[in-house]
Amino acid sequence: MTFYRRQALWGLAFAAPALLLFGVIVAYPLLWAGWLSLQDYSLVGRKVFTGLGNYARLLSDPLFWKSLRNSSVWTVGVVPVVLVISLPLALALNLPLLRLRAAFRTAYFTPVVTNVVAAAFVWRWLFDPQLGPINQVLKLIGIQGPAWLADPRSALPAMMIVAVWKQIGQALVLFLAGLQTIPQEFTEAAQIDGASPGQTFWRVTLPLLNPTLLFVVVILVINALRVFTIPYVMSAGGLQWQTPGGPLDSTRVFVLHIYDVGFVRFQMGYASANAFVLMALIVLLTLIQMKLIQRPFEY
Amino acid sequence: MPSRARPLLYLALLAGLVPVLLPFVWMTLTSIKPLPEVIRVPPQLLPAQPTLQAYVDIFQQFPFGRYLLNSVLVAAMVVSGVLLVSTLGGYAFAKFRFPGRDVLFMVMLASLMVPFQVRMIPLYLMSIRLGLINTLPGVAFPWLFDAFGIFLMRQFMLTLPSELMEAARIDGASEPAIFLRIVVPLVRPALAALGIFTLVVNWEEFLWPLIVTNTDAVRTLPVGLQAFSNQYMSNIHWQMAGAVVAAAPLLIAFLLFQRQFIQGIALTGLKD
Repeated sequence: MTFYRRQALWGLAFAAPALLLFGVIVAYPLLWAGWLSLQDYSLVGRKVFTGLGNYARLLSDPLFWKSLRNSSVWTVGVVPVVLVISLPLALALNLPLLRLRAAFRTAYFTPVVTNVVAAAFVWRWLFDPQLGPINQVLKLIGIQGPAWLADPRSALPAMMIVAVWKQIGQALVLFLAGLQTIPQEFTEAAQIDGASPGQTFWRVTLPLLNPTLLFVVVILVINALRVFTIPYVMSAGGLQWQTPGGPLDSTRVFVLHIYDVGFVRFQMGYASANAFVLMALIVLLTLIQMKLIQRPFEY
Repeated sequence: MPSRARPLLYLALLAGLVPVLLPFVWMTLTSIKPLPEVIRVPPQLLPAQPTLQAYVDIFQQFPFGRYLLNSVLVAAMVVSGVLLVSTLGGYAFAKFRFPGRDVLFMVMLASLMVPFQVRMIPLYLMSIRLGLINTLPGVAFPWLFDAFGIFLMRQFMLTLPSELMEAARIDGASEPAIFLRIVVPLVRPALAALGIFTLVVNWEEFLWPLIVTNTDAVRTLPVGLQAFSNQYMSNIHWQMAGAVVAAAPLLIAFLLFQRQFIQGIALTGLKD
């Protein structure tokens, strides 16, 4: 056996666990899901091949549209708010001569490493209309707070606040890493040329931070599309116990819808078709991101 | 920045911390209040008669110790599995030539776009057939392969000079020995980052254990907490004590290893 052939075999041997696991827990389930999405299958009954029937059914399913709408509201609400808070915060923590920088960064990062179910427990208690501190504080300044999780109009926004709280630290850390790649000479040169801090930010820092910004946006959007735990735990528990996704399906986000169809109603084929819509959205977003990142920068 | 603005900046940064840290404060203080104080109107921040009774209760009357143990066991399986598979795979894709290498790598990377929600139904059917429902390996196995982990380790290994391995080969070292004695020690920083990232993500995992478990013997902390709170909705002090127990291990680890955690998240932020 030649050296090269032996090395190729060693390479395959080192790659074998990865290839095997990839086949068993990624590739095979993906193909299986594609096959399932073309069938009517309820776990106990027989499988009936329906072609694209499940996909056609999506279009006239009000719950599909409702959950897609909820996830869109979530995305459009959460992503910009996280950006608007975390980017200025990163700029502030990146200022030269700032003291306690590490302490501030650590404190703002804490929610990221806090178990999401624990966080959802605390927040649903903070949002309690009578006993929670949020409405108590609002009362002090003369505002009658909403019923939050008990009211279909305020339940989704309350949960979106929790998602913002949980993700600011992550965006902050990514922005700080991005800011550190920008040489200080650039901003200093702008200042020497007489640029105001605002001009320096909009004309120098932000264009150079563009790849990071785009990257953070895509992560946040994909996270928003895949959110499940916060709406599930916050609707299905606490003193205002609801069916998961309640009240009145106002917090039924898309993944909760998939879970409900698949694992509460056991419509495995239809749930798979729903899941493929989620995948299509994520693939589309990732391709757009790759396209944008390849675009050369204009200075 | 003008020096007059500096105190204002510190003030703003501190004010911003109030909503960020309030949930921790409220959770901890509520967990050491007796129930009548918890549901008093208007609520008080500080407990009048602090007590650790809620912690005693949840560990004595409910299988919280079991949930905690299950979470630790699942995390140990997933983290060690991901590190092992990713290091081996990253090494193979970075330093060896074999037929189909580049195509396989691209296919694995492309699989990052497949959301777990697509795979979970087949994985569930697979778990039924293999008898993995309500077992800890059943909770862990979908996470043992991580395309991002392989990508990260490969990127890191590409920076290692191949001469190191060639020299060892000329000296007659076997391939496993080269991997264990030369490669693994050099990629420790990447292993730490990947390990921490995997741990943080796995500690939060809720959807899959919710599907694949329905008994206390195998529930992890997140699903155990949820099942328990559905049963005892009004015992808020128990819920808060449970939340503290679920959040504490990672928070403590984070406070001890802040730099590694933040680097791990920044480095691996590419995921998802």
